[in-house]
Amino acid sequence: MVARSPHAASDPGASPYAPAPYRVLDNHPETGNTVTLTLAPASGEPLPSFLPGQFNMFYAFGIGEAAISISGDPSSKGPLVHTVRAVGRVSQALARLRPGEFAGVRGPYGRAWPLEEAPGKDVVIVAGGLGLAPLRPVLYRLLAERSRYGRIEVIYGARTPADLIYYSELQSWRHRTDVRVQVTVDSADRSWNGDVGVVTQRIPDSRFDPERTLALVCGPEIMMRYVAQSLIARGIAPHAIWLSMERNMKCAIAQCGHCQFGPLFLCRDGPVFPYSQIRGLMSQREA
Amino acid sequence: MPPSERKLNVLNEGDHPFLLGMPKEFLEVATEHGTEIELEAEEMLFREGEAAERFYLILSGKVALEISAADHPRITVETVGTGEVLGWSWLISPRRWTLDARTVKPTRLIALNAPDLQRYFSQHPELGYRFLLRLLPVIAERLDATRIQLVDIHGA
Amino acid sequence: MSGGMFPAEGVLLDRSRSYRLLREHFPSFVSSLRSHGYTVVGPTVRDGAIVYAEIEGIDDLPIGRTDRQGPGAYRLEHREDAALFGYNAGPRSWKNYLYPAHERLWTARRTPDGFSVESDSTAVPTYAFLGVRSCELAAIRIQDRVFDGKYRDPGYHARRENGLVIAVECGQASAVCFCVSMGTGPGVRKDFDLALTELLSPPPHRFLVRIGSDRGAAVLEGVPLEPATSEDEVAGRQVVDRTAESMGRTLRTDDLHDMLLGRPNHPRWEAIARRCLSCTNCTMVCPTCFCSVTEEVPDLDGAKVERWRRWDSCFTLGFSQMGRTSVRTSGASRYRQWLTHKLASWQDQFETSGCVGCGRCITWCPVGIDLTEEVPALREGSPTEPGG
Repeated sequence: MVARSPHAASDPGASPYAPAPYRVLDNHPETGNTVTLTLAPASGEPLPSFLPGQFNMFYAFGIGEAAISISGDPSSKGPLVHTVRAVGRVSQALARLRPGEFAGVRGPYGRAWPLEEAPGKDVVIVAGGLGLAPLRPVLYRLLAERSRYGRIEVIYGARTPADLIYYSELQSWRHRTDVRVQVTVDSADRSWNGDVGVVTQRIPDSRFDPERTLALVCGPEIMMRYVAQSLIARGIAPHAIWLSMERNMKCAIAQCGHCQFGPLFLCRDGPVFPYSQIRGLMSQREA
Repeated sequence: MPPSERKLNVLNEGDHPFLLGMPKEFLEVATEHGTEIELEAEEMLFREGEAAERFYLILSGKVALEISAADHPRITVETVGTGEVLGWSWLISPRRWTLDARTVKPTRLIALNAPDLQRYFSQHPELGYRFLLRLLPVIAERLDATRIQLVDIHGA
Repeated sequence: MSGGMFPAEGVLLDRSRSYRLLREHFPSFVSSLRSHGYTVVGPTVRDGAIVYAEIEGIDDLPIGRTDRQGPGAYRLEHREDAALFGYNAGPRSWKNYLYPAHERLWTARRTPDGFSVESDSTAVPTYAFLGVRSCELAAIRIQDRVFDGKYRDPGYHARRENGLVIAVECGQASAVCFCVSMGTGPGVRKDFDLALTELLSPPPHRFLVRIGSDRGAAVLEGVPLEPATSEDEVAGRQVVDRTAESMGRTLRTDDLHDMLLGRPNHPRWEAIARRCLSCTNCTMVCPTCFCSVTEEVPDLDGAKVERWRRWDSCFTLGFSQMGRTSVRTSGASRYRQWLTHKLASWQDQFETSGCVGCGRCITWCPVGIDLTEEVPALREGSPTEPGG
């Protein structure tokens, strides 16, 4: 049987491993090694809906798959948006795709950010580097229904100004009065007038009510650990701090075993977890 | 006293987060030995190698801490802004600044005269101890931040 | 009824009763399996071990052979009798057939619209699994769960649903068996199409046959059976009881979950790691280990590509590779991952232990690491201090 539809999994004989072909509509450079790809199903069928924080297995024909979080607007009918950093064989091939070329997609997979808990609360978003990609759908959702939430604080850090993704969008968010966006970089030359330092340093003077705040964090694991500690120091309960974890997801359907994290399959039980659930596992030495 | 500086009238606990919970005695000493400074953007506050004789409380604005060398482009390693403190080289021999400090936007600061402070602390070690206890978490936090930068988490 | 043959044509066998199959009629049973269209997979001697492979007839079975097992040791021996199933678990398990070590998942071809993907739909073999032990049935039940859920593995379940399970209760335990501790054997109670118990004495050499499904009953059509006598049934129970009493090993299981997960820094992990070669044997022979990796196999002109899945092992460094580094870099952390997964976190994931007590990981470990020894050592002492 031929799996053309992104909903191929509904066919009981079709392999849950079969990707659906997608046509590349746009390839927009973000940084020196990161691009944002916009795609649509080659079949012309509608895009499967996704929740902020979910990911797809993104397939470069003849090369292989990589787990990439979805970074587009969850309320729109399309296209599919993925931001890809060219670091491995698969992601390098994906990042080279030109408009009109094809990639494969299966998904979406994984547990989403718990936005159902956010109405009426302040939301703090802390992202490092490419970690802003799985949080951008959250911002789209929050800003689309802005009145349902309290304060929205965004703290975004990257290594240098040239490593910031979604730069023009960051500028437009910074000009809004209903969201506070702090951007900081690890180091910069004199052309940078913004903050220099790490995201944890921006947490003490962020504005939120710790008793009724949802914190969403994504970035390198070490950064998330420090951020979680800083947020706890500000009075947010560990169960209200959510992290998006990364392991080497291969099958995305909890059957290949690679992404196991203690008893958890990151691909199925995560990638988003409350810090209270995983803090013990995060500090376990594996070396 | 340069035109951009003026003597402090009175310093209150609420004027700066660093002062919260500090004893009244410290506020009095700080008022006596303090100056308020207003700088434009792109002004040098101090330079690497100069004698470190002031402890700064930033009331508003932003200061970039920079490292420069002939064989390396000048880089900003940290910015400090509203509500933060700056400069403890005066506590440590040889009491010279280890970085350049440059404003990146108009900045208001309180500068406490460090030799005066140290003289007072040597006569009133209990207050000196309270001051160090207040400063140490700030230094520790900066050290944590430096460690995070060191592991170059975004570079992996 | 004496001397009469069962079943008479057109008479359905009574599933609530058990039957007697004389050894001399066993070839007719195997023939019946084949004539019903089954590819019979059963025990056979190959390369100095009893392994599961396709068999043509009764001569392929390990008649009168047995195995002697111990930590890091396996040797074939001759029995004093002519038992067909007088051996214990070998290096292969049924997962080699239900979940092959190497399997094509799909084939993709370039098309004007990008590419098309064809899931692998090669005819699913119809296996009769002859000689499934009780611990192995437990292992199959575990893998049934692993490959089920929101995303069902179609290949696994097709092979499973087509397959006929002919269980055989163990007439002996090896030195590494501990199914009694794991609650998985040696008696066979459920999930079989047919269950056999080999009765060697007193003569005649015969089998007690129980029927677990209509498909099981169907393959007995035309096979000369008699109703089992009460002596046959008693003898069958005694076989299982004797085997249960002769278990080579034991494992205390009541505290395993919290005990093992509560000792991530126990020095014993390092001690094991000094012996462990990270050879992956234990994960390959384990009937429940399911980890896999996929490979992309493009043809030369790049127009066609196949996706293959092969077994992987948590003992390799590459298993937890992320970017330029691995999550579990030390041997100790990899052994800890395997053992805590198998015996502890497996319970969180699948509501069952991942160990069925077959002892394969003990026998096929080249340095003889024995989890029934390691677990008590990890239990000793405080979670971080050596035993004492």
